[in-house]
Amino acid sequence: MALIQIAEPGRSAAPHQHRLAAGIDLGTTNSLVATVRSGKAETLPDGQGRHLLPSVVRFAAAGVVVGEEARSAATEDPLNSIASSKRLIGRGLEDVKRLGSRLPYEFVRTDTAVPRIRTCRGDVSPVEVSAEILKVLAKRAESALDGELTGVVITVPAYFDDAQRQATKDAARLAGLKVFRLLSEPTAAAVAYGLDKDVDGIHAVYDLGGGTFDISILRLRRGVFEVLATGGDSALGGDDLDRTVAHWIMAQAGIEDDADHVVLRRLMHDACAAKEALTTANSVPLRIGTSSGATWEGELSRGTFDELVDPLISRTIAACRRSLRDAGLRAEEVKDVVMVGGSTRVPRVREQVAGFFGTEPLVDIDPDRVVAIGAALQADLLAGNKSADEMLLLDVIPLSLGLETMGGLVEKIIPRNTTIPVARAQEFTTFKDGQTAMALHVLQGERELVQDSRSLARFELRGIPPMVAGAARILVAFEVDADGLLSVTAVEQSSGIKAQVEVKPSYGLTDGEIENMLRDSMAHAGEDMEARRLREQQVEARRAIEALRAALASDGEQLLDADERRRVDSALELLEQTAAGEDPGAIKTATEDLEATCGFYVERRMNKSVQDAMAGHRVEEFE
Amino acid sequence: MSRTAAVAARASTSEDSGALHYPFFVLEFSKNFFELFGLPVAYGVDAGLLSERYRALQRALHPDRFAAAGAREKRLSMQASTRINEAFHTLKDPLSRARYLLSLHTGVAGVESETTKDAAFLMEQMELREALAQAKGRPDPYAAVGGVLDQLAVQERGLLERLEVHLDSPSAEDLEEVRELVRKLQFVYKCRAEAEQIEADLDDAL
Repeated sequence: MALIQIAEPGRSAAPHQHRLAAGIDLGTTNSLVATVRSGKAETLPDGQGRHLLPSVVRFAAAGVVVGEEARSAATEDPLNSIASSKRLIGRGLEDVKRLGSRLPYEFVRTDTAVPRIRTCRGDVSPVEVSAEILKVLAKRAESALDGELTGVVITVPAYFDDAQRQATKDAARLAGLKVFRLLSEPTAAAVAYGLDKDVDGIHAVYDLGGGTFDISILRLRRGVFEVLATGGDSALGGDDLDRTVAHWIMAQAGIEDDADHVVLRRLMHDACAAKEALTTANSVPLRIGTSSGATWEGELSRGTFDELVDPLISRTIAACRRSLRDAGLRAEEVKDVVMVGGSTRVPRVREQVAGFFGTEPLVDIDPDRVVAIGAALQADLLAGNKSADEMLLLDVIPLSLGLETMGGLVEKIIPRNTTIPVARAQEFTTFKDGQTAMALHVLQGERELVQDSRSLARFELRGIPPMVAGAARILVAFEVDADGLLSVTAVEQSSGIKAQVEVKPSYGLTDGEIENMLRDSMAHAGEDMEARRLREQQVEARRAIEALRAALASDGEQLLDADERRRVDSALELLEQTAAGEDPGAIKTATEDLEATCGFYVERRMNKSVQDAMAGHRVEEFE
Repeated sequence: MSRTAAVAARASTSEDSGALHYPFFVLEFSKNFFELFGLPVAYGVDAGLLSERYRALQRALHPDRFAAAGAREKRLSMQASTRINEAFHTLKDPLSRARYLLSLHTGVAGVESETTKDAAFLMEQMELREALAQAKGRPDPYAAVGGVLDQLAVQERGLLERLEVHLDSPSAEDLEEVRELVRKLQFVYKCRAEAEQIEADLDDAL
């Protein structure tokens, strides 16, 4: 399917300049990888022609297996075959229980809030499970492209909170991947559609995947995708439809809740098959093996199925209504609705969405692949392979960020649907005379009470000079980057005492833990940490050199005088010499030195691009 | 480190030459938000032009343009993009724009935490809040909330019109008046947010 023509004939970048990049849709049920080749974005198949990689990882005695083979083994070996790690990532054990997922694994309680799953290859965290999936997809892309990836774009549900995003990025780090950007799944889908259709206006993306639901309202205007509002439920998806059907079957067939793992697993599988069959059929026959070994036979009609799933679909429609309200729009103002995710194949879902928005939803790109395709297009752009004038994505944070204040209340610092990157600060004060420390509790969510919100991190500001209550001025600043990740700093204004946290601890892994996992996995693979570090520094040095050369070629004459040019050239030369050697530390220093030397040039170039942007724009206005 | 110092020294001398101005324009904090978008410092803003220039600036400086760049460019781009978002957010909304102009003119911020002492106005607000509190129990709760929103819209329009008059080359007295209008608008906004929350709750209960 030809989605988009990027390079005009004769204008395509020379192959050796093309930086290899891939888009990865890390899904609850299935994952995909896509890349742009000869101007076309396409998903990549494995050696057997299969595009979808089931997101199942089997930790077997013989080794780690990912995908179809792991999924087919899941029935016999449920405890070691981990599916739906996306539902667990960035979450605590308590959350997982609250989600009501009847997951047939043996969870291990650890000192941290991060759950671990017992397998015959040791205890693994959901981050490690996801990393295994990422590794397989990255390898697939590298063998298809015949080269090393410079970076990837990984998609996450728009409604993922900070801990879930951070954990996803950690998984990539563990898999040895450089992440250009975490991209919201609905935004990725909009890119895949929007570039193809090139229509300005308001679009809704309804994304019902295996385990998550997102709704995004976007405005597309001259290549700029502006997310106006986003909402959803990071624990609602096709799995829940299956579970509802499975419960119905259990009630009909008299299967108890505490039936063994194998029976329950098979039941989920049969429920899913029945759901899929009902996409075209009006009724499906059922033959279910019960724990006692007997067989129950019955039938599920489309009508009964619709009734069973309606409450779940209603939850998605309520989220659509909320997002429209946040965007300040009415359903009629939405030009079209893009359907994403395998669960949007369910006819009842399409019917309800069409009814709510009053328009037939768009289903012309395979709903399983559209997210990966959008991610690949964005990865290609971020790698610098095409003119950045083509498009720009302006995304938002999905959930408000705040701090705990007196009485267990949440003070919101950044409201949901604020465009990122964003920084906001608020002043707080001490409430006791002579108070020298202050505990800060960072929260995410819309509720007013701390107990109903998601805890992201706690940290402490110490060494506040003793003052009377209310005299200290503590400025707490929240910064959210373009990946939607938060960092928080706190400074006592009169003394300049500073505390900083990277928001992570409540449900995430520490840097040390990731470092250890990385070391372990490399030891397993027989890789040498030093060699890897050297390679990474060389790649970074090469990137810096190439970028500077390209810059000099385009505007070095215009922006630098002879003296400045000599200085830049000599720093460049120094790095080239150092990078040819084998000392990673020296290469790192030389790379940083080059960046420092060229700092003024970078700023001039940025100023120039601003001037060009504003000037280009002024011309446009008078047309 | 001496290398960096030399560069910094060099940078400040060539700045004097005036050919190209830096440090980086967007992060020059002496530039106000209006200047950032090349707009006159005034309450009346061409919303279309503001949005267009916002998009043009983000196109040039957004972190997505520097995803494959070095750490320094990434940091600058992130800071610049953040500031452009803040500037746009501030100028787009009439209340925050008025607050910002007030701080530019008077050099004092902090009107957010002030409240009006106008008894008649406060009485009106209390009545609206009561109507909201009772809305959920009405036979047609949407109509009840809608009625409050209509009244708030009338109040808002009136206050905004007066803001425009007083913010046009304002005297010290004008600025005092602006401050009072901002305090009242803050009330109206808060009440409107409550009304919208009730509507959202009603929607969720559907």
